[in-house]
Parts: sequence; C-alpha cells; structure tokens
Amino acid sequence: MAVGFEQEQSVTPDDFIKGVWKQNPVFVQVLGMCPVLAVTNTAINALAMGLATAFVLLMSNIVVSTIRNVVPKQVRIVTFILVIATFVTIVDYAIQAVSLDLHKALGAFISLIVVNCLILGRAEAFASQNSVARSALDALGMGVGFTLALLCLGGVREILGAGSLFNVRLFGESYQEWVVMMLPPGGFFTLAGWLLLINWYQQRKSRLQEAKESTL
Amino acid sequence: MTNDSTDAGPAKIYGVVLSVGLVCALAIVTVDEITKPIIRNNRIAMRQRAILEVLPGASTSKAFQIDETTGELKPEPTDSEAAGLVFAGYDDNDELIGLAIETQGMGYADIIRILYGYSFDKQAVIGTSVLESRETPGLGDQIEKNANFLANFESLDVSLNAEKSEVANPIEFVKPGEKTEAWQIDGITGATISSRAITKMLSESTGRWIPKLHPHQADFATREKEAP
Amino acid sequence: MNDEPLWSIFIGSCLINNFVLAYFLGICPFLGVSGKLDTAVRMGGAVTFVMMVSSMAAFGINSLLMMIGLPFLKLISFIAVIASTVQLVEMFIKKTSPTLFRALGIFLPLITTNCAILAVALFQTNKGYGFLQSIVYAAGAGIGFTLALVLMAGLREKMELGNTPELVKGTAITLIIAGFLSVCFMGFAGLFS
Repeated sequence: MAVGFEQEQSVTPDDFIKGVWKQNPVFVQVLGMCPVLAVTNTAINALAMGLATAFVLLMSNIVVSTIRNVVPKQVRIVTFILVIATFVTIVDYAIQAVSLDLHKALGAFISLIVVNCLILGRAEAFASQNSVARSALDALGMGVGFTLALLCLGGVREILGAGSLFNVRLFGESYQEWVVMMLPPGGFFTLAGWLLLINWYQQRKSRLQEAKESTL
Repeated sequence: MTNDSTDAGPAKIYGVVLSVGLVCALAIVTVDEITKPIIRNNRIAMRQRAILEVLPGASTSKAFQIDETTGELKPEPTDSEAAGLVFAGYDDNDELIGLAIETQGMGYADIIRILYGYSFDKQAVIGTSVLESRETPGLGDQIEKNANFLANFESLDVSLNAEKSEVANPIEFVKPGEKTEAWQIDGITGATISSRAITKMLSESTGRWIPKLHPHQADFATREKEAP
Repeated sequence: MNDEPLWSIFIGSCLINNFVLAYFLGICPFLGVSGKLDTAVRMGGAVTFVMMVSSMAAFGINSLLMMIGLPFLKLISFIAVIASTVQLVEMFIKKTSPTLFRALGIFLPLITTNCAILAVALFQTNKGYGFLQSIVYAAGAGIGFTLALVLMAGLREKMELGNTPELVKGTAITLIIAGFLSVCFMGFAGLFS
C-alpha cells in the first residue's frame, strides 16, 4: 500500500498501473464485492457499473485530496462519506437522465456505490495523504482495474449464460444456455474461477522463479 | 502525515462539517434541478412506448382516472403521473383502439408489474407488456420473450356476461399446449410459476375493472374529439 | 401504499431474497467474518440489531423528507443516519453492558460499511412499506444475513479439517461454497403463489 510522506512526491506511472494489475481492487484486494457479483450478469451492466464507480472514485479522490488539510481528524470519515454520497447521487440522476432501462437493470446498486469499501478505502488510505494529481491518477488506475475486473466477470457470465456478448449472439440457435451463470450462484462461481486462474498463474510464476534460482 | 489539524477546536469541526454538508447539498439540488425534466420525460416516453405496444395500431393516447365507487371518469393530462390511471389509445384517425391498464402481483422472485391492452370491440385482452420484473433470467423471464406464451394475448377473451356485471369466463391457466378456450392461457414449461402469476394478475384485474370500464366505451371514444 | 402481509415480507427478505445469497449484499463481512461459528453468530446479531434500529430511523427520515419535499437528499441522509446509529449503539452498549461491548467490539465499526444496512433502508422506501412492515423487513433481512453467515461458518469450520488443495485455499473455495449455498437458497423462491 502506498503511504504518503510529508513531502509531495512526484507523480509516477506506478500510481496508475498498480491499480490495474498489482493491486487490482477485485482480484487482489477483494474489495467492493457486492456490485462485482450482483450486476455482472451481462457485459453491458458490468461496464456501466464499472464506469459509474470509477467516476465516483475519481471525483471523490480529487475532492478529498483537495480538502485533506482543512478537515479535522475527528470528522474525517463523516466528511468523506458526505462527499462520496454527493457524487453517487449525481451519478444516479445522470444515469436516469441518460437511460431509464440501464437504471432499472442496475437498480439499487447505484445508490449502494456509497458503501463500496473500495471508494472509502482509497479516500482514506491514499487521497487523504497525497497530492491531487497523484490521487487522481490512483483513482483512475483503481477505477480502470475495477471496470476491467467487472468486465471479465460480466463477459464470462454473459457468454456462458446467454450465449452472447454485449447483446450480440455468438453461437447458433442450438446453443444451450447455462442459465445458472446468469443467476446469483453463477456470480460466485465465476469470481471463484477467476481467482483460481490468478492463483494458478502466481503459483506457477513463483515455482518458475524458484527453479531458476536453484539452477543458478 | 499531512494532516496537521489533530487538535482542532469544536468550532472548526462544526464549521468544516457544516460547510461540506452545505456544498454537497447545493451540488445535489443543482443536479436534481437540471435532470428532473429529462428524467420525467424519459419516464413518460417509456410508459407511452408500453401503451402503444399493448394496443397494436394505436398512435396516440390519453390518460383517465376512474373513481372505483362511483364509476365516474375524469380526464387527466397525458403526462400525469398520478396513481391508478387507465390509458385510452387511438389510431391515426382518432378512432378508439382500446384501453391500457396496469396491474401487479407476486411472481416467482418479486413483484411483477404489467400493462395490458383491452379492446372494446373484441371484448378481449389484445396485448401485454412487462413493466418490471425480477424473474429468473432464462427461465421466469420467458414471460417477456416466449413467442407461444405471448401469442395468448393476441386475443384473450374477457367478454362480459349477459347482465354486464362481471367477466363471463374468468381468465384461466392451463398446462402448456392444452389451451382449448379463448379465455385460457397456455403456460410455459420451465416458467410455470411466473406464467401462472401473470394469469392470476390478469384474471383479478380484468374481473375488477372490465365491468366498470366497459360501459364507458362511448366516453372514451368521444372524449378525444371534444378535447383535442 | 403497500399491503403485503407481514409474514410474506419476513419470509421474502429472510429466505427467498436472502440479502447475501440472492442480492449479494454484505459480502465483505460474509467472506471476512465467517471463519468461526462463534464470531459469525455475534456478528449476525449485531447486524440484525443495527438493521432494525436504522430501519426505524430511515422510515422517520424518509417521511420527513417526503413531507418537506426534498426526496433527493435521501441517500445522503440515510448514510449519515446509519453512521450515527452505529456510533450511538456503540456508545450505548459501552455504557450499559461492557461484557456485550467486548464481545461485539471490533464488529460495530465494520457494520457502517456493510451495504446490507443501507440496502434495507433503500429497499423499504422503494417498496413503500409502512412502519411495522419496515421493521419486519429489517428483521427478516438481519435473520437471513445471520443464517447465511452461520451456515457458511459451519461449513468452513468443517473444511479446516479437510484436505483442500493448495490452489483453491482462501477466498476461492469460500466463493465456491457460497455459490452452492446460493443454489440451495434458490429452492426457496416460489414459496408463494
């Protein structure tokens, strides 16, 4: 976890990249699980949810980092939550204005972005201790990482569960849909599957490294 | 740590929380003001789409409110969002196509809300549209997609009895493929409960409203020409 | 506005639309605190309690906001109410029962970020429940949450003794079990009609 120091550090590309891969909020930190499982039954829902969360994350990180020196320690969390709730309400209305169908599909999970531990977590652990530019970059990285993870889940669930991706049919009429993938259990199974894949990759990597070291 | 305000006094604490709260509230109010008309338009456009969908051939609609005890009809503005509205649909020549009525009931997972179209001439339900449902994707949501099931509603008999007091044959649910009468609904294999829920909602709603609405055919048909 | 009978609300929020296994709410504590049966029961109790208190508070707030015509401040006031409810409950328990406080101690702050609590407040207003209906809804949701947590903890305690492959240990196996539990809970759907 990046801990801020007294001096303003320079902006590094790592601020962005770590959120996408090394500290991916979903696959590595296992944060903000509720929307990850609930609204990823199709790729479009997953993308919309990811973008909405990324927007709230970016805006709240910027604001929190801007006011970080003014807010007394005792009311830090309350202020952060107020800021986050404001942006979530804004996103909620914006989505309703753009497409009511999308709003219906995402349901209450837009409002529930407020309690996504990822956002409060980044505000508290990063934005409240770092410069605006770095916080923005951090939020962008985490947002992109979160959106990608959601897309991974939504894509797999839509392909298996409905035989389509972004509403485009992939297989012929004879394809028998795995209905269970669209249902709640499918969310759990798909996420478990991705975690297994990542575990396997990391174990293989460390095994290869060990083998390399022992031969040296 | 950059946070140098660990020993802030109560005045500062209150000040900061209050001003943050105020700014947040202002921001929300502004966004609400900007988006309110757009969202309202979206909602009404969505409703209008559903009305025209359940009344094939209709191109315009008008909203009415009916008093359940007195049976009196009251026209409402087309963009009204009052509860318990019925909508009359008209074709391009302002001829009455039928009524669109909303109803709801408990489905498999949660409440299902549907809109159905009633034709005075055929004395039948001529279309349905699911407004809201959380039915199981792939199984229960067949009520929105299954062509055989939707064919039930092309002309579902709800004609009144001789005294015009109630529906002669309340809508009935039958097993898939066993439909013999015009007032029966063919169920869906794999979505028995959801399709039965739709049947029950329609049966209750038509039983309650059609006898009250049917006598008003002339009112619905003429009202449009008086008040364009 | 909504005349759903109380028993149907209760069964609905507890079993059919179980907050954890059907709505995916409160997954973080579900994955985090379900390691031991004992802590799972306590956490469940604390969540149920806070849910009911904040449900009552949310009902009051919502009526007030509707009365003065500011429905768009709903979300921001709900979250503020929940955060302060948790604080109040914490202080109250600390004063009245230090033993209970020690038992619940670390769980109380965790509850603020439990999305299930906010969801109860939001859903009950969406569905237009009255005061009594709201409380029953919250109680059902809380008991359903406890049930899921306890079932999970029981299974995980058993698994400690089993021989799980290195690869699936940790979150992965927990999610797979949760998936199977969720399949089981689907069987409750369609209890009505």
